Amino acid sequence: MNPLRQLSTVLISLLVLIILFVTTTFTVSQTEFALVFRLGEIVAVKSEPGLKFKLPFIENVRYFEKRIVTLDGEEPDRFLTSEKKNVLVDSFVKWRIIDPKKYYVSVKGDEVQAERRLSQTVNDGLRAEFGKRTIHDVVSGQRTQIMDILRKRADKDSRQMGIEILDVRLKRVDLTPEVSESVYQRMDAERKSVANQLRSEGAGAAEKIRADADKQREVIIAEAFRDAQKAKGEGDAKAAEIYTAAYGKNPEFYAFYRSLDAYKNTFKSKSDVMVLDPSSDFFKYMRSNNAGNKK
Amino acid sequence: MMQLKNKILVKLGMANDAGGPPDLDQVLRDLNQKISALFGKKPVGNGSNHTPKNDHVMVIPIWPILVLILAIWFATGFYIVDQGSRGVVLTFGKHTETTQPGPRWHLPYPIESVSVINMEQIRTIEVGYRSSDGGGAKAREPQESLMLTDDENIIDLQFAVQYNLKSVEDLSFNNRTTEDSIRGIAETAIREIVGRSKMDFALYEGREEIAVRAKKLMQDILDRYKTGVNVTSITMQNAQPPEQVQASFDDAVKAKQDLERQKNEGQAYANDIIPKARGTAARLAEEATGYKLRVENEAKGNASRFEQIYAQYQKAPEVTRQRLYIDAQEQILSSVSKVVVDQKNGNSMLYLPLDKLMSLPNQTGPGATHSNINTPASAGNSASSTTNNEVNARENMLGRDRP
Repeated sequence: MNPLRQLSTVLISLLVLIILFVTTTFTVSQTEFALVFRLGEIVAVKSEPGLKFKLPFIENVRYFEKRIVTLDGEEPDRFLTSEKKNVLVDSFVKWRIIDPKKYYVSVKGDEVQAERRLSQTVNDGLRAEFGKRTIHDVVSGQRTQIMDILRKRADKDSRQMGIEILDVRLKRVDLTPEVSESVYQRMDAERKSVANQLRSEGAGAAEKIRADADKQREVIIAEAFRDAQKAKGEGDAKAAEIYTAAYGKNPEFYAFYRSLDAYKNTFKSKSDVMVLDPSSDFFKYMRSNNAGNKK
Repeated sequence: MMQLKNKILVKLGMANDAGGPPDLDQVLRDLNQKISALFGKKPVGNGSNHTPKNDHVMVIPIWPILVLILAIWFATGFYIVDQGSRGVVLTFGKHTETTQPGPRWHLPYPIESVSVINMEQIRTIEVGYRSSDGGGAKAREPQESLMLTDDENIIDLQFAVQYNLKSVEDLSFNNRTTEDSIRGIAETAIREIVGRSKMDFALYEGREEIAVRAKKLMQDILDRYKTGVNVTSITMQNAQPPEQVQASFDDAVKAKQDLERQKNEGQAYANDIIPKARGTAARLAEEATGYKLRVENEAKGNASRFEQIYAQYQKAPEVTRQRLYIDAQEQILSSVSKVVVDQKNGNSMLYLPLDKLMSLPNQTGPGATHSNINTPASAGNSASSTTNNEVNARENMLGRDRP
């Protein structure tokens, strides 16, 4: 046999097999839906992954995303709150296709178009919900509620497109630059007043501590003085008692004895000058050696 | 066919550059690249109708070639799953198996395909800033980092989210996950938490708690979408007031320190004077005790002295009295300056130049006719007078110390 012919036979049969295989089968990935069109008409929706068959040439297949997709607006949008203040809101939407047939029919399977419609719905919702609420509610109090309301609303709307909304989340809720500026000014003023208050408090506290210390000092010394005087008084009293006990035995002699002591203490310096009369008792014997006897 | 292959190869080159998030499509391309890299420049296998057409040798061993091609085709099914990674095997697009690390084989393309995804590698997303690759200064992203608090203040938060994967299947099949979508979830989580917190809490004492709560919320959201992403940590890189008000915030912090300083100064004053006052008090107490003992003992001494002399006096009152009197006179007169004037002589006019007597105590004073000035060497009870002086001095001191 001619090897060339043999080769070409093998090759041709292989080629035919491959063409047949390629045209009659298609694979659906785990992450996709597949729609089978027969001359433009949808004849089957393949949502299970795996190898699928179709008629060659007259049927063709289109694939659609089965996974969750994030819709994240480029620029934050402005919304008015109930106090007529503008806020900039950036949100994102998590969505996925649940009914590829509806999805294809309503948006021609165009993701961009689908997202445009989604963001319109969400923005309408945002406008309505923000208009009913204050900035504070939007930022903190009712954030989760708003997100929940928006999700339900958008979900209801998008079901017509075969789309399910899993979540609508507010990412950023910011004040407009002009409002931010006034917030900064307010924060600045607040901090300054806090700083001033702290400093005054410090001065006050320091003064209080000092005054308290002064008071304590006075009290400590006064108490000590009181106790000291008491002790001294006790000493004086005791002394008086002792003196009374001793001197009371002969007051006259005490007076004499004590007087002599007092005289001694009074006249003891050379600068004290005493003018004496020789007739005094002291000179008795100076005048006459028996003066004592005469007397 | 070749064109398509080339296209894939071009895409592979691109995929090589981007070390980005594990996108399924990209992972598939990665796999393809590995296969083609394994078998060199000549794309073989894949069930294609490739034949050596330009071969001029007439006798061609067809069957061996076919067998070889088949063998090579089968060999393309070998792949290696790195430690920490998982291989997700798809059979005609349907997930059939997830393989563990090690050398593996799958049915070759187009029947089965595999994507190897690194599960345990920690990836980081920066929010509010981007660190430059050169390790230089961080670039701020104000529109990400500035956020509103519950009390309608604005704060500047920069944080990093670290995550790895807990399920490669969830990551591959449930979400078209990109780094940006994870960043979006991080932002919404942290802003929700901060929006419920007061500024001071978010900036100072609550920083860590906010990170913890944001991590939990973020994980909840990620789990709700079944992304397969596991947040390992959220770390606060920076939490501060916005630039515009930074100065007054710093000043307030300084004021807080000033307050402490002033208090400490007051305390220092108190610590200075109170112990001193205690010392003074102790001194007063000791002095009083001393005084008391002294007065008592003096009294005892004086009384004892008196009692003893009195005992003797009782035995001979007249003599003792006389003796005491004369002793005293002697002592007094021996220490003072004296002028003796005899009035009986009839000269009643007497001139005493006292000032001169006092200034010249050692000379015989002039003037007085009948005067005799005697100035004996001072003797007497100097000892007792010294004691008295000391006592006086002490008393004076006490008086001075009293407040």
